[in-house]
Amino acid sequence: MIECLPSGLRLGRCRGASLLQVGKEVFVGTGRESSLALESGSRVAVIGGGPAGSFFSYFVLDIAYRVGLDIQVDIYEPRNFSSFGPAGCNMSGCIISEPLVQMLAAEGINLPPGVVRRGIDSYLLHMDVGNVRIETPLREMRIASVHRGAGPRGMKETKWRGFDGYMLELAVGKGANLISNRIEGVTWDGSRPQVRGRDGVPKSYDLLVGAFGVNTGAQKLFEGSAITYLAPATTKSHIREFLIGEESLDRYLGSSIHIFLPHIPRLDFACLIPKGDFATMCLLGEDIDEELAQSFMKTREFRECLPPEAISQECCRCYPRLNIRGTGEPYADRVVFIGDSGITRLYKDGIGAAYRTAKAAAVTAVFHGISAGDFRDHYWPVCQGFLRDNRLGRVVFTATELIQKRRFARRGLLRTVSNEQKKKGAQRRMSMVLWDTFTGSAPYREVFKRTLHPGLTAGFLGNVAIGCWPSKRGDSGEHKP
Amino acid sequence: MEMSALGKLYRDGDEIVRQGEAGDCMYVIQAGRAEVVRSEAGRESRLAVLQEGDVFGEMALFDREKRSATVRALGEVRALTVDRKTFLRHVHEDPSLAFRILQKMSKRIRDLDAELARRQAG
Repeated sequence: MIECLPSGLRLGRCRGASLLQVGKEVFVGTGRESSLALESGSRVAVIGGGPAGSFFSYFVLDIAYRVGLDIQVDIYEPRNFSSFGPAGCNMSGCIISEPLVQMLAAEGINLPPGVVRRGIDSYLLHMDVGNVRIETPLREMRIASVHRGAGPRGMKETKWRGFDGYMLELAVGKGANLISNRIEGVTWDGSRPQVRGRDGVPKSYDLLVGAFGVNTGAQKLFEGSAITYLAPATTKSHIREFLIGEESLDRYLGSSIHIFLPHIPRLDFACLIPKGDFATMCLLGEDIDEELAQSFMKTREFRECLPPEAISQECCRCYPRLNIRGTGEPYADRVVFIGDSGITRLYKDGIGAAYRTAKAAAVTAVFHGISAGDFRDHYWPVCQGFLRDNRLGRVVFTATELIQKRRFARRGLLRTVSNEQKKKGAQRRMSMVLWDTFTGSAPYREVFKRTLHPGLTAGFLGNVAIGCWPSKRGDSGEHKP
Repeated sequence: MEMSALGKLYRDGDEIVRQGEAGDCMYVIQAGRAEVVRSEAGRESRLAVLQEGDVFGEMALFDREKRSATVRALGEVRALTVDRKTFLRHVHEDPSLAFRILQKMSKRIRDLDAELARRQAG
C-alpha cells in the first residue's frame, strides 16, 4: 500500500515504514499487503553487472522459471570485463571464500580453472616475531583467488578470464539481457521506476535493483532523481599488483594467502594473494594512502615474500573505497539495493555478501513480492544480520590491533598457533579463530564466540606469559624458503 | 592450470567414498570421471559413471546412514567437498539453496523408476 504524504518531509524511517521520495511528494510504503508482485511479463532492471547484479539476475531468473514465471531481466553494465587494467576491473582483492565456493558448487556454479587464478589451501601469518602456516582443515583447495577483470594494466593476453565476466556470462546464459549503454538517470513515472539511457528515452520497470559498487559513481544516478539513495560510509583501501610469473609465484607464495600484522598506525592488516602470474597486495585499515603503503613495503616480512626484482615491477595500483557501514534501509516499493550498494560484510568476503543479499532479494521478489514491506520482512533481516555481525567484527579487529601493538602478545599468538599446528589431533582453537577472521569463512559472531572459550584464553595467556621472555625470532614458527 | 583447480586430486582407481563408511559431506566433480559401484554378496556392479559437474554423496547431507556405494576415480579426478554442517546451516538461512540438490535427487528417483520398470518388463 502506498500513502501520499505532504512534501518537504525528510527521508528516513517513519514508524517502521520505508520512505520513498517521488518528485515533490513523499510516499510511505507500508507494504503489509503484497499488492506489488512480479508476474509473467514483468520487467526488472539491474544497475550493475558485477557479482551482485549477476547473482541476482541468475537467481531471480532461475527461481522464476521454477515457479513458472516468465520475467524479463535487463542488466545495465557499460564496462567490458574482458578489458585489461582499470577499464574492466571492479577493484578488490577478490578471494572467493571457502563457504562461498561450496555454496556455489551446491547451486551448480563451479568455478573453472580458467577463472580461478590459484586454488588456496592455507594461510601464512607473518609477524616481526616469526611466521606460522595455518592449513585448511581438509587440506583441500577450497578457496579461489580470482581477478575481477581480465587482469592488471599493461597485460596483452592471459590464459585466465575475470570472475565478473564469467558470472555475467552465466546470468546472460540464464536469459538476462545485457545492455552496455551507459545510464543517464533514474526517474519515476508515477507508479514505476524508469531508467533513462543516452537516447533519452525512459524505460519503465516493475522492479529496479541497485547492484553497483561504491567506486563506480553509479550512485550519482540517484542524485536529484525521484529515488533518494543514501550512499554507504566508506574508507579507502589499497590494492597493488606485482608481476612475478607463475613459477616464481609458486616458489615464493605457493598456494597460500600471506597475512601480515605489522604494527603500523592506521593499518589493520595486509595480505599478499597469489593469482596466476601476479601477487596482489591488499592493505586494509583507515584511509590507506601511498605513504602508508610505502611503509608497509619496507617491512622485512613483506620483502622476504617476493623476489626483490618483482617489488620494483609493480604494474597496477588503486585505492578503492570499501563499504564499511552500509546504507540505510536499502529498499522501497519496487526498489532494492544489494551487495556493495546496500549492506556488506566488514572488510571480508564482499562477494559472499553480494551472493547472500542478491539471493535474498531474488527470493523475496519471486516468492513474497516487491513492495517495501516485502523487502522489509524478507530481505532486510539478512542485511540486519550483516550489520549485527559487523559490530562484532569491529570488536574482533580491535582485539587483533591490541595484539599487533604489543610484541609479547604477538609472540604469544605465534606460539599458540605454532603449537596447535604441530600437534596432531590437537584442538586448533586459535588457528580456527585466525582462519575464520582472515578468510571470512565464518560470521564474526562465531569467531567472537570462539574467542570466549576458556581453553583458548588460558592457552593464549600462558603463551603470552612465555612470550614475555625474549627469544630468538621465529623460534616457534617457520621461515620463508 | 593445475594450481588453478579447486578441490582435491584423486588418481586413477582411488576410492573417493567407500560403501559402508560414514559420510558427512557431498562431492562435486570439478574435472575427470568417476564410477559408482555397489557391492552385494561379494559381487560388484557399476551403477553409473559421473562426470564434471555431477554431484555424489548428497544423501549424506540429509541422513546419517552409511555410504550406499563406492565412488572410484576413472583416471585423474578433481572433486570438491561440500560439508554437511556448512550446507545445512546455509539451507536453514536460504532453503532455496536445496533446490538443485532436490532436483538431482528427483532425477535419480525417476531414473531408478525407469530402470525398475525396464527390468520388470524384461
